[in-house]
Amino acid sequence: VTTASREKKGRSRFREEFADPERRTAYYMVLPSLLIIIIVAFFPILYGIVLSLTDSTAAAFGSFIGVENYVEMFQDPDFLEGFSNTVIFTAVSVTLEFVLGLAIALAINRAFRGRGLVRAAILVPWAFPTVISAVMWRLMFQDRIGIIQYLANAMGIISEPILSDRSLLLIAAILVDVWKTTPFVALLLLAGLQTIPEDLYRAAEIDGASRLRVFRSITLPMLRPTIAVTLVFRTLDAFRVFDAVYVLTEGGPANTTETLSIYAYKTLVRSGDFGYGSALSVATFFCVMAISVVYLRLAGRPEERA
Amino acid sequence: VRRAAVLFGLVAAITFCLGPFAWQLLASLRPEDELTRAGLPSSLSLASYAGAFHGRPFGRVLFNSFVVAAATTVFCLAVGASAAFALAKLEFRGKKLLLGAALAISMFPPIATVSPLFLIIKSLGLRDELAGLVLPYTTFALPMTLWILTGFFRDIPDELYRAARADGCSPWTAFRRVLLPLAAPGIGATAILVFIFAYNEFLYALTFTSSPEKRTVPVAISLFAAEHREPWGEIAAASIIATLPLVVVTLLFQRKIVAGLTAGGVKE
Repeated sequence: VTTASREKKGRSRFREEFADPERRTAYYMVLPSLLIIIIVAFFPILYGIVLSLTDSTAAAFGSFIGVENYVEMFQDPDFLEGFSNTVIFTAVSVTLEFVLGLAIALAINRAFRGRGLVRAAILVPWAFPTVISAVMWRLMFQDRIGIIQYLANAMGIISEPILSDRSLLLIAAILVDVWKTTPFVALLLLAGLQTIPEDLYRAAEIDGASRLRVFRSITLPMLRPTIAVTLVFRTLDAFRVFDAVYVLTEGGPANTTETLSIYAYKTLVRSGDFGYGSALSVATFFCVMAISVVYLRLAGRPEERA
Repeated sequence: VRRAAVLFGLVAAITFCLGPFAWQLLASLRPEDELTRAGLPSSLSLASYAGAFHGRPFGRVLFNSFVVAAATTVFCLAVGASAAFALAKLEFRGKKLLLGAALAISMFPPIATVSPLFLIIKSLGLRDELAGLVLPYTTFALPMTLWILTGFFRDIPDELYRAARADGCSPWTAFRRVLLPLAAPGIGATAILVFIFAYNEFLYALTFTSSPEKRTVPVAISLFAAEHREPWGEIAAASIIATLPLVVVTLLFQRKIVAGLTAGGVKE
C-alpha cells in the first residue's frame, strides 16, 4: 500500500465518520469536554514534566539541567522517608478500610430492621470534608482536652502527647483516613454484593453448603471485579494523601512526618524551588501510574465491564 | 450468638461513624471554661458559634466556598452533559479512550499539577482570585462529571432514544428534548457530588489563594488551628457550621448519591 492510497483511505474514513449525523453530533458534543481536559489536565502534566527538568523558581523559568533533579531526588533522605511514609500510610489504611468496609457491607446486605439507619450513619463521615475531619480528630488527639489522649492516658497505653510523636502521627493520620473513607468502601462493596443473583445463594442452601463455603465459593468470586475497582480507587486516592497529614502535623514537631505530596508541596510553595518540587510531583504522578498498571495486570481490565 | 455478634458489630460501626461528630458537636456547645473537662458539660452555650465569626471573615469564607463550588459544578455540567450523553448513547471513535482518560485523570495526584498551574494562573492574573480556583478544580471535576453522568445516561433505555430518532428528531434534539429531562435525577446527583468535591478541595485552594478574604472553608479552618492560642471551641463550631449543610443534603439525597458514587465502579 502506497502512502498516497493510505492517506486517501484515511481521508475517506474521516469523511465517512462525519457523513453520519449520529457520529458527527457525537464529535461536536464531546469536543468541548475534550478540549478542556487537554487544557486543564494534559497540558499541565506535560508542563510539569518540563519544569522538572529545569532549575526554575516560583518567580522565573530557569534553564534546562537534564535529569539532575531526579538524580538529587534518589539521594535525598527526606524524599526516601516521604516515600516510605506514603507507602506505609497507603498499605495500612487501604487494608483496614477494605476489611472494615467488607464487614460492614456484608452486615448491611442482610435485610434487618434499622438497615436504613445504619446506611445513613455510615454516610456521615463520607460527607465530611477531609480537612474538617482531620481538624476534628486533631482536637480529639490534643493532650489537654482531647478525648482520645484522655482515654489513652487513662488506660495507660500512651503517656506522651500523640501529636508530637512521629510514628503516632502516622497512626493518627491513618485513623482519620479510615474514619473518612471506610463508608465509601462499604458502599461500593455493598453495591457489588447486591448484584449477586439471589438464586446462587438459594442453590447453595439446597446443596447444604456451609456459610464459609458460600462466602468463599460464591460471594468472593462474584465480588472480585468490585473488589478490584474498590482497591484501585482507594490505593490511588490514599497514595496522594495530603489534607489529613498536613492538618494533623501543622504546628506539630519541627521536622514532622511527611508524605510525598506534602514534601513536594513544601519544596514548591515554601521554598519556591519549582524545578526540584516539580520533579517530586512528577515522581508521585508516576508512582500512581505504576500502581494502576500493576492493578490492571493483576485484575484484568475492570473498566471494560463498565 | 451470631445475631448478637452482628448487632454488636453494627453498633460499634455506628459509634465509630457518629461518635467523633457527636463529640465535635458537644465541644462546640461547651462553655469556654469547661473545654478541658471530660464528660457532659454543665450547660450549653452558643458563645463558640458567635466567636467563630468574630475577628475573622468566616462569613465571607463560607460564601467563597459556596460560589467556587457552585461555579465549578455549573460549568462542568454545562460542558459535560452533552459529552456524557454522546459517550453513553452514540457510536463514535475514541469513546473508550476518552472514558479511560477521564478515569485516569480523576485518579492522578493533584500535587502533579500544582507548579504548572501556579505559573499558568499567575500569568493569567488570577492568583488569589476565586476565578483562579475554578480552573484547577475543573481538572478533576470534569472527568468526574463525565464518568458519573455517563453511567446515569446508560441507565436510560436505548429504546427511548431510538423512538425519538424514529419520530424525526435529530440526535441533538433527542438529547435536549427526551434524554436530558429523563436524566434530571442523575444530573442532580452528579451536581451534588461535584459540588461536594469542590467544596472539600484543599491543596489548590491553599496554594492559589493567599489573603484571608479569598480563602475557602477548608483552608480557613485549617488555619484556625494554626493560630497561637488554639480556639478549640470556635474551631469546633466553625466545623459544624461548614459541615452540617453537607451532612443534611447527603442524608436527604442518600439514594441518588450512593447511585452516583457507585456508577461506573459497579455495574451488573
